[in-house]
Amino acid sequence: MRRAVFERGSEVALFLAALIAVVIIVLIGTFILIEGLPAFERTGLLNFLLGHEWRPLQGVFGIFPMIVGSIAVTAVALAVGVPLGLATAIFLAEIAPPRAERLVRPAVELLAGIPSVVYGLFGMTMLVPIIRALAQTWLGASLDPQFRAGYSVLAAGLVLGIMILPTIINIAEDVLRAQPLEYKEGSLALGATHWQTIACVLLPAARPGIVAAIVLAMGRAIGETMAVIMVAGNTPVLPQSLFSPVRTLTSNIALEMPYAGPGAHSQALYATGVVLFGLTMVVNLAALLVSRRRVKRG
Amino acid sequence: MGIQRMRWLTVLLAVALVLGLLAGCAPKKPAEPAKPAEPQQPAQPQQPQGLSGSIQIAGSTSVQPLSEELAKAFMTKNPGVTINVAGGGSGAGIKAAQNGTADIGASSRALKPEEKGTVVEHQIAIDGIAVVVHPSNKVDGLTLAQVKDIFTGKITNWKQVGGKDAPITVFRREDGSGTLGAFTELVLGEGAKITDKALQQNSNGAMRTAVAGDPNAIGFLSFGYLNNEVKAVKIEGVEANVDNVKAGKYKLSRPFLYLTQKQPEGVVKAYIDFVLSPEGQQIVGKEYITVK
Repeated sequence: MRRAVFERGSEVALFLAALIAVVIIVLIGTFILIEGLPAFERTGLLNFLLGHEWRPLQGVFGIFPMIVGSIAVTAVALAVGVPLGLATAIFLAEIAPPRAERLVRPAVELLAGIPSVVYGLFGMTMLVPIIRALAQTWLGASLDPQFRAGYSVLAAGLVLGIMILPTIINIAEDVLRAQPLEYKEGSLALGATHWQTIACVLLPAARPGIVAAIVLAMGRAIGETMAVIMVAGNTPVLPQSLFSPVRTLTSNIALEMPYAGPGAHSQALYATGVVLFGLTMVVNLAALLVSRRRVKRG
Repeated sequence: MGIQRMRWLTVLLAVALVLGLLAGCAPKKPAEPAKPAEPQQPAQPQQPQGLSGSIQIAGSTSVQPLSEELAKAFMTKNPGVTINVAGGGSGAGIKAAQNGTADIGASSRALKPEEKGTVVEHQIAIDGIAVVVHPSNKVDGLTLAQVKDIFTGKITNWKQVGGKDAPITVFRREDGSGTLGAFTELVLGEGAKITDKALQQNSNGAMRTAVAGDPNAIGFLSFGYLNNEVKAVKIEGVEANVDNVKAGKYKLSRPFLYLTQKQPEGVVKAYIDFVLSPEGQQIVGKEYITVK
């Protein structure tokens, strides 16, 4: 009897603990929606989403450049991070001798632990000058003179590409290791080389998991703020090229929130948050769908 | 028995976690209304160590670091006093002083005519704004009109203002920044706007790094952040230095103000007196320009 009460009690307590996450998500969602709604009403949803001009002090709020900015920066980050991360994951799961593994694994873990501000500093003092030199010596004539400063889509994308490596490596490696040994044995027994086995058997089998890793990395890239602010130039205009400065949705909020007076400006920033929240939710739902499919197949 | 105890522990832990998280949801207590400072005991009016109470400072984020330094020094001298320094911006600081939600509102701009008289002003420091370029830049001085044309995008090449033939990279601060506000007001005036293409940096430090790294850059900084990584240009032939600001010759400067709803008394008065004392002004002088 006592035992049953106990069981029930612990279950309820654990359920409540788990419920908190849901409650917090709902609270955050409702909160930013309530704060941001007036901005949508004032500017009009379409004008707000598709407007090209952001001049908060004149009451002009269009976040299209920031939406494009977030997507552009994330795309560059994935272009850099996915091949590199996947290659590392394959190396760790399949090829690495124990000694190499002892070197690489702690490095990857460290990469995950570095605060984003430090990534930003690295980008600002190392990447930006290199990109600036590139832009000014080789591409000078083809670029808008104002956009040769190195603060760019490319700089932000590179920094983010490095930042998402741990996510991709860790998940992809786990997925590769979780593949049934029979796949590998069968392939090798049929005379395939190790590389053929990786490329034609393991990777296809692990694809849903790898896609999930990529989608999670995408979420991380969209959400990163500090490192991006420090290297992106933050100009709220549509980026024209890899070398254009860019402002992302997250930067837009973080840049201006500390100073935004109450009223239209801060409401517009909350509304930016709503859009970001929506975007993140889409990405996470995608991840969920992909991983569901994996479960079904397995 | 062992398992039983473990279970109990798990449950306790879970309950504690849940309660802890829920506690976080409890509505915050409304900020304490600004307490009128407790009147000093008549028995020991001269003894500052007898002071106790709390002071709420809110407003300009430009003034915030200075306020924090000053508050720290004052609290060390008067352990009975707690001073909370919050940001919010100059506008919020002025409002906070007007309706008394903070004991002291901080502003990094002069009061507008319609704001004058609604609060009591105490100027605690002056902040100069320097227009900075890369140290290798040949251009040593600019007129206010040239600075304006560069930032609005009318002048786009350094050769137009006596420098080498190279495009100008304009850096600005983010909308809402006090330094940007002061710059806009002092240089651009009504109606003009900084070129859309200007790159934006979100702090004086980031601005300095950006200008220091780009031979074609121009930007602006609070005086406190000047160092030899960047070059401050003369404005209208006047060098950007403290003496010229104090003498009123250098045009790009702004006051740091403490604002109170009424004439300050008690612990608030003691604090403001401290800020204006030689000791307080010495702290001000580390980064800003003193008023005494």
